[in-house]
Amino acid sequence: MRTTRSARVAGLAAIALTAAACGSGDSGTASDDDGVIELTVATFNEFGYDELYQEYMDAHPNIRIVERKAGTAEAAIENLRTKLAAGSGLSDIEAVEEAWMVGFLAQADKFHDLRDYGADDIADRWLPWKFEAGTAPGGEVIGYGTDIGPMALCYRRDLFEQAGLPADRDVLGPMITDWASYFDLGVHYVEAMGEGYAWYDTAGNIFQAMQNQLEVGYYDTDDNLVAAENDAIKANFDAVVTANEAGLSANLQTWSEDWAKAFQTDAFATLPCPSWFLGVIEGNAKGREGTWDVVDAFPGGGGNWGGSYLTVPKQTDHPEEAAELAAWLTAPEQQVKAFVAKGTFPSQVEALESAELAEMTHPFFNDAPTGTMFVNRALAVGEAQYKGPRDGDVNQALQNSLRRIEDGSQEPDAAWEQFLEDAERVG
Amino acid sequence: MPTVAAPEHTAGVATPQPSDRPGWRQRLSRADVTYSPYLYIAPFFVLFLVVGLIPLGYTAWVSLHDWRLDSTERSFVGLANFADLLDDEYFWNALGNTFSIFVLSSGPQIVIALGLAVLLDSGIRARSFWRLAVILPYVVTPVAVGIIFGNLFGDRFGLINTVLEGIGSGPVQWHADTLPSHLAIASMVNWRWTGYNALIFLAAMQAIPRELYEAAVVDGANAWRRFISVTIPMLRPTVIFVVVTSTIGGLQIFAEPLMFDSQPGAVTGGSDRQFQTMTLYLYERAFRNLDLGAGSAVAWSLFLIIVVFALLNYLLTRRIASAGEARQ
Repeated sequence: MRTTRSARVAGLAAIALTAAACGSGDSGTASDDDGVIELTVATFNEFGYDELYQEYMDAHPNIRIVERKAGTAEAAIENLRTKLAAGSGLSDIEAVEEAWMVGFLAQADKFHDLRDYGADDIADRWLPWKFEAGTAPGGEVIGYGTDIGPMALCYRRDLFEQAGLPADRDVLGPMITDWASYFDLGVHYVEAMGEGYAWYDTAGNIFQAMQNQLEVGYYDTDDNLVAAENDAIKANFDAVVTANEAGLSANLQTWSEDWAKAFQTDAFATLPCPSWFLGVIEGNAKGREGTWDVVDAFPGGGGNWGGSYLTVPKQTDHPEEAAELAAWLTAPEQQVKAFVAKGTFPSQVEALESAELAEMTHPFFNDAPTGTMFVNRALAVGEAQYKGPRDGDVNQALQNSLRRIEDGSQEPDAAWEQFLEDAERVG
Repeated sequence: MPTVAAPEHTAGVATPQPSDRPGWRQRLSRADVTYSPYLYIAPFFVLFLVVGLIPLGYTAWVSLHDWRLDSTERSFVGLANFADLLDDEYFWNALGNTFSIFVLSSGPQIVIALGLAVLLDSGIRARSFWRLAVILPYVVTPVAVGIIFGNLFGDRFGLINTVLEGIGSGPVQWHADTLPSHLAIASMVNWRWTGYNALIFLAAMQAIPRELYEAAVVDGANAWRRFISVTIPMLRPTVIFVVVTSTIGGLQIFAEPLMFDSQPGAVTGGSDRQFQTMTLYLYERAFRNLDLGAGSAVAWSLFLIIVVFALLNYLLTRRIASAGEARQ
């Protein structure tokens, strides 16, 4: 789901709390004497389900839905991890953010295989890459996709004009093909603008998008760490380092205080932006209407950042009812309603074709037809990359190496060496 | 700890005439006197057992195992987790950072708190207002403090660097350089805790008999001399209390360095672990790397270090502060 600044703060607070007091809670399910089954659904942030619950309960008088909403995805994940390990205390349906899904795919035996409850019949409901990323290596389907965060490119049209680059998104779009074309535009931009003007916020952000497009990531499909052997990773690393040396990076860590303030300056001109990011930019760039625009293109093809799954842990007493509810909530009709309610971008093919999405425009971004644009972006996302269970830790090590280069505490070669050592430690 | 009243005495009063076998009323009454006090204090100790001792013991048990949060296989490995820690440069780095931040925060904090307490104890106007004012930062949650100080210590657009550049000095790399990052985090801790400690000192100061000061004045002692020879020795138990609590708190600093990181959610304490404290490292091992065994070993190491440090503190503070008492 989306991450906002306030959510981020709440998330850190939640980390602090979970660290202090781990795990408490009653059992997830209950059944009344009168035969009413209570289903608990654990979500975080906003899934846009509030009215859907009522609709479902009206149609199923024997079901009572109770929602447990965590402040952030991080808080929800800590809760899920610890209670999964403890063996009790989880809800009948647990929502999992895409970034952590891989860790739970490795523990597929602790979740119900949704194929036992009709997953095969509805598999083509989702974009293939979304469905794949909820499927364990052994073929068990442990999660139904809710929303996604397809990525486009956001850019400063006023600065583009100043630099002599096309500010019209229809002209700009075809110019952005692979990453080299993106970096070339950047070199042109910084040369035209001079000191103090950068192309992107941070190399970490760019590298992340490039990394996710690779066929093989940090791990091979046998869970062997191949960070050192996979030449594509080093090539991407070198590409962003070269771009940084050409002055393309503003060296501002995404989500940092400095980064948020930079939206009130001209520190950077482009940002890879998933659909939910538009709200973040609008919030940070308040008062600077007409400066930002978004183009229906993304270097190197497509990309996704964010989105979630609904899972049914083995701890539940009502797997059948829970799976049925999860399937219903993630059906195209319901996800369109959730999109209308809270703007969560649907992951279902049919929902992407809905009129609600087709009509969407964004006034802050020069009235860009963001609905159709992000539908195109969602369709451009390639196959899901296989991720090992410690992918997140290895990625943190790599992000840190880029941060060390950007904050000037290390040279690129040393940073890469230290990344390999750190990756070896955690992998 | 509360002491228990002597039951023999009460029993003697309750049995005026000699009798070998007291009635059930007397026995009940005797039992009441003997056991009730334990019953009254039991809730605290039961609670302490459940939320304090049992987790402590369980953590020790986990630390002796190869225990991962994402796996059900658990094998006993003895002290291997601790041995690994001794070889782990990131553990020592975290330990060093923790002590550095601790010294930079607790030291100035106690000195400033003492000074503030003296000022608050003097006859200033609007005394209640000032006393309320110094405790105000304590009410603000560390997370909010983190946001405020994040703005102050921003590398690029932070207030402090803007001022520094205004007076012609170069910007400080608050996040990339180790010592500046420790100073920034220590200032967050100090901002939050100085007023709190000042109020504790103030309360203790007001309990000092005024005659002592009067006698000192008669003896010709000036204000500084009175502070050194009367106030400080009389504050001895309070100083010990404040030093021990700030040691325990200081060695467990977590929220401040977590919030300070320029990449939110990262628990490595900076790009090169410049300000990763022990508790952050514990969190990283246990809840990011999901290695609960290693995390528990860090937790127990930290616990032992705190115990040793608290004892050392106690002995040192007692020695320093008892200089004045010996003369009395």
